[in-house]
Formats: sequence, C-alpha cells, structure tokens
Amino acid sequence: MKKFSKIYTGLILFFMYMPIVVLIAFSFNNGKTTVWKGFTLRWYTDLFRDSHIMNSLWNTLLIAILASVIATVLGTMAAIGINNFTGKKRLFVQNISNISILSPDIVTGVSLMLMFTLAGVAFHFQMGFWTVLLAHITLCAPFVVLSVLPRIRHMDYSTYEAALDLGCNQWQAFRKVVVFELMPGIFTGFLMSFTYSLDDFVITYFTRGASFQTLSIQIYTMTHQRISPKINALSALLFLAVIILMLIINIRDRKEEKKHGHQPG
Amino acid sequence: MRLKRPSIPYIAWMVVFTIIPIALILFYAFTDSSGSFSFEAFAKAFGYTNVFLKSLWIAFISTLICLIVAYPVGYFMSRQRKSVQNVLTMLFMIPMWMNFLLRIYAWMTLLQNGGPIDTMLSLLGIHTTLIGNQGAVILGMVYEYLPFMILPLYTVMAKIDTRLIEAAEDLGCNKLSVMRKVVFPLSIPGIISGVTMVFVPTASTFLVSQYLGGTDDLMIGDVIDKIFWSDHNTGSAIALVLMAAIFVFLIILNLFGDEEAIAA
Repeated sequence: MKKFSKIYTGLILFFMYMPIVVLIAFSFNNGKTTVWKGFTLRWYTDLFRDSHIMNSLWNTLLIAILASVIATVLGTMAAIGINNFTGKKRLFVQNISNISILSPDIVTGVSLMLMFTLAGVAFHFQMGFWTVLLAHITLCAPFVVLSVLPRIRHMDYSTYEAALDLGCNQWQAFRKVVVFELMPGIFTGFLMSFTYSLDDFVITYFTRGASFQTLSIQIYTMTHQRISPKINALSALLFLAVIILMLIINIRDRKEEKKHGHQPG
Repeated sequence: MRLKRPSIPYIAWMVVFTIIPIALILFYAFTDSSGSFSFEAFAKAFGYTNVFLKSLWIAFISTLICLIVAYPVGYFMSRQRKSVQNVLTMLFMIPMWMNFLLRIYAWMTLLQNGGPIDTMLSLLGIHTTLIGNQGAVILGMVYEYLPFMILPLYTVMAKIDTRLIEAAEDLGCNKLSVMRKVVFPLSIPGIISGVTMVFVPTASTFLVSQYLGGTDDLMIGDVIDKIFWSDHNTGSAIALVLMAAIFVFLIILNLFGDEEAIAA
C-alpha cells in the first residue's frame, strides 16, 4: 500500500512536470519543429533581442509590483477595520470580497471593460496601463483581506495598549506592534497578489485597450501565430524564476518556524 | 484600536470596481442596443444553450477527474513527515506558478501531429489524432487545475489527527472503513474548496478549448470572448447567466457540505 502510494504520487508529479521539461528541452533545439536538430542557444539570444517581449516583461513586472503593493496596503487597512465591524455591516463587506473572489475572471474582465469603456467616453481616456493597474488591484485586494483577517483575530490588543503606555504615539504603536504582528499575513497576501497579477491573462486581456502589452498577452499573440521556439526559451527562464522564488519563500518560512517555534499553517 | 475607518478606502474601491461593473452587466443584459428595456439579449443568448450546457459538462467531468486523481495524493502527502510535506507542497506549487498559457502551450506541443507523443505512438503502430477533440480539452483542464485540487485537500487532511485513524483501526475498522468513516468525513471542507477552485475556472475558461479543442469544442467563455467586443448586450446576458449558474452551484455545494458536517 505504502509503495503503491509512492509510485502513484511519483506518476502524478511526472504528469505535472513532463510537459514543462519537454518545452525546456526544445528551447535548446536547433530547429523550429519538435524534431531534435542539435544544441543551440540562439532562441535565448533572439528572446533578449526581441524588444516587444522585453517591453512586455517590464510592463508585467511594473503592474505586478504596483498592484500588489497598493492591494496590500488597501487590504491590510480593510482587514483591521472589518474586524471591528459587527452584524450586517460585516456581512456586507465580507460579501463584496467573496463576490469578487468567486466571480469567474471572464465576468470580472468584461464587467470592468464595460465600465472603463463608458468612463473613457465620459472622461476622454483610453484603456491601457492605468486601467490594467486598477483592474489588478481589484483582483488582488480581497486576497490580502483574506490572508490578514485570521491574524488579526488572534492578535492581542493589550500589546498595542502597552506600547501606548510605554510612550509610543499611535502611529508608532501601530507600526511597531500591529504591523509587526500581522507581518506574516501581510506578506502572504502580498505574495498571492504578486503571483495573481503576474499570471493574469483574462482580466488584462479585457482591460488593456488597443496597445498595452504584458507578458501573458505577448504569449497569447505568439502562440496564436506560428509556433516560435522563442516561447520555449521564455518558458525555461520563467520556470527558473519560479523555482528561485519558491526557494526564497521556503527559506523564509523555515527561518520563521525557527523563530516562532512550531507554528501551524 | 477599535478602528473602522481604515476599511473605508477598500469598501469604496470594491463598490466602484466590483459592484458598479456587475450592475452594468445587469443593465446591458436587460436592454437592447438603443438602451431601452428588452429581453432581446437573453433571447439571443438562448441560442447558445448547447454550448453552455457542454461547458458545464466539461467543467463537471474535469472537476470530477481532478478530485479522483488528487484525493489519494492529498492523503499520501498528509501522512508524511513535516519536511517531506513541505517539499511535496513546493513541488505541486511550482507548475501552478508557471504561466497559464505556457502550460497549455506545452500540451499543444506534446499532442500535435508529429509531436513527441504522436511520434512514439506511430512507432508502436498506433495512428490517431490526439489534439482537437474534447478529450484533449479535458486533459488540458485537468493538467491546469490539478494542483488547485491537491493543495486544499492536503491542507485539510494534514489536520486529521493520526491517532483518530489508529483508534479506528484498533477498534476493528479495515482500511476501507477507516477511509469511509474517518478520513472522508473530515476531508469534506477540503473537497469543497478544491471543487470550488477547479469548477469555477474550468466552467468559464476561454483558452484551453481554443488551444486544444476542435472547432466544435468551443466553450461558453470562448463565446463571450467572441461576441462581447461587438455585442455588449448579448455578451452581458451570457456572462450574467454564467455567473448565476456558478453561484447556484457553489450554494448547493456548500449546503451539501454543511449537512455532511452535521451528520458526521
């Protein structure tokens, strides 16, 4: 039974990784088809020379950083406030978060597009960088609320009061006690926001207007045209980035565990 | 510290960017192109009933396969040492963080005619088309969303106390009844969040079918994408029906969960 479970889990991992490994292997293939024609790095040099892709990469990172920072601030503040609401008001705030989280991306995308189009006519602007940023903040903020709220429930308010008694002003006490206590939740929320924004295709697709490009949009355009091995090279690099990011987070978690002793979640 | 004010910007933000846009969908769905009240959009949307039902069906099958495949993995993970659990969690999260489009693109490369799998099958004397059918679409869906099923199942099952399982065994349960009477009831919250996380995106996705399916495998998301740009009214009506269907599904799912939890 034990052996069977191991083999089974191994097979599922093989299923998850095999397609990615094949893509990466073909990124070194000196030919445009899936027939091996020898080793090359030319798809990588092509990739770095492609100004469209580099530009999209920059846009993607800029949007992801701005959206996740703003969503984190907005969501953390919201979580602190929501915790003090009671009854119907609390239910209302929780429900708008839930609607946003549970709505299919495509519905969020088209509904925001409708609003931006109408607002654009009224206030003379066109969809682009700013509308994508607003949409991404909307996508991310509820996840921050969701990851910070449980931390607040377990927080001890007397430490905040103690800080005030010991001579902190309100802002100092807030920063040094509340933010410090909530940090793991805030960081998780930030990280979730960052990855959601980075990975998003659907919402960007509907709110980007005519010319604003992100990496996902670029990949969409490339895969819809003829197949180019540059995509494989791009996959390999993104895969590497994901692994590095994952290792950094894991090391942080380990340190955290050591600091606080054994901690669930 | 009993502050409520910090949440005001968020509430205002969500009203402007979530409630108003959804209100606009409602407005467009119930009006015609001149802006007067009409059911015309729903009448047109009705023409896509078949696509709609097929999308829900594909989503249902994909979710079910994910659940069946993921359940043993989640259980296996939850019974490992903490360090092994961490490594396995990481291994299942990495593919999830790869760009969504690249993951389908990978399967497009694998399944295409003359691609690696096709070539291997030809060597074995099997000649068949692997891409451009419903099977390929379901495969793509399962691949995309499997980690979203495994991780919530694992998280919930990791909380099951091993002593409960041992107690059941001591009291004469065989492996199967331990599963049925202890593990399964306790894992229901994980099943519910896993099903939610897989069903919602599979029912509404609009790319997997474009990449891996044939021309008649279009899903409702593809239809919304195709007509929304030119016809906001019909597009809104379909989006509204899709959202309503998903919310009804989630409500039923959660009712089922509550009852099961009480019964257990």
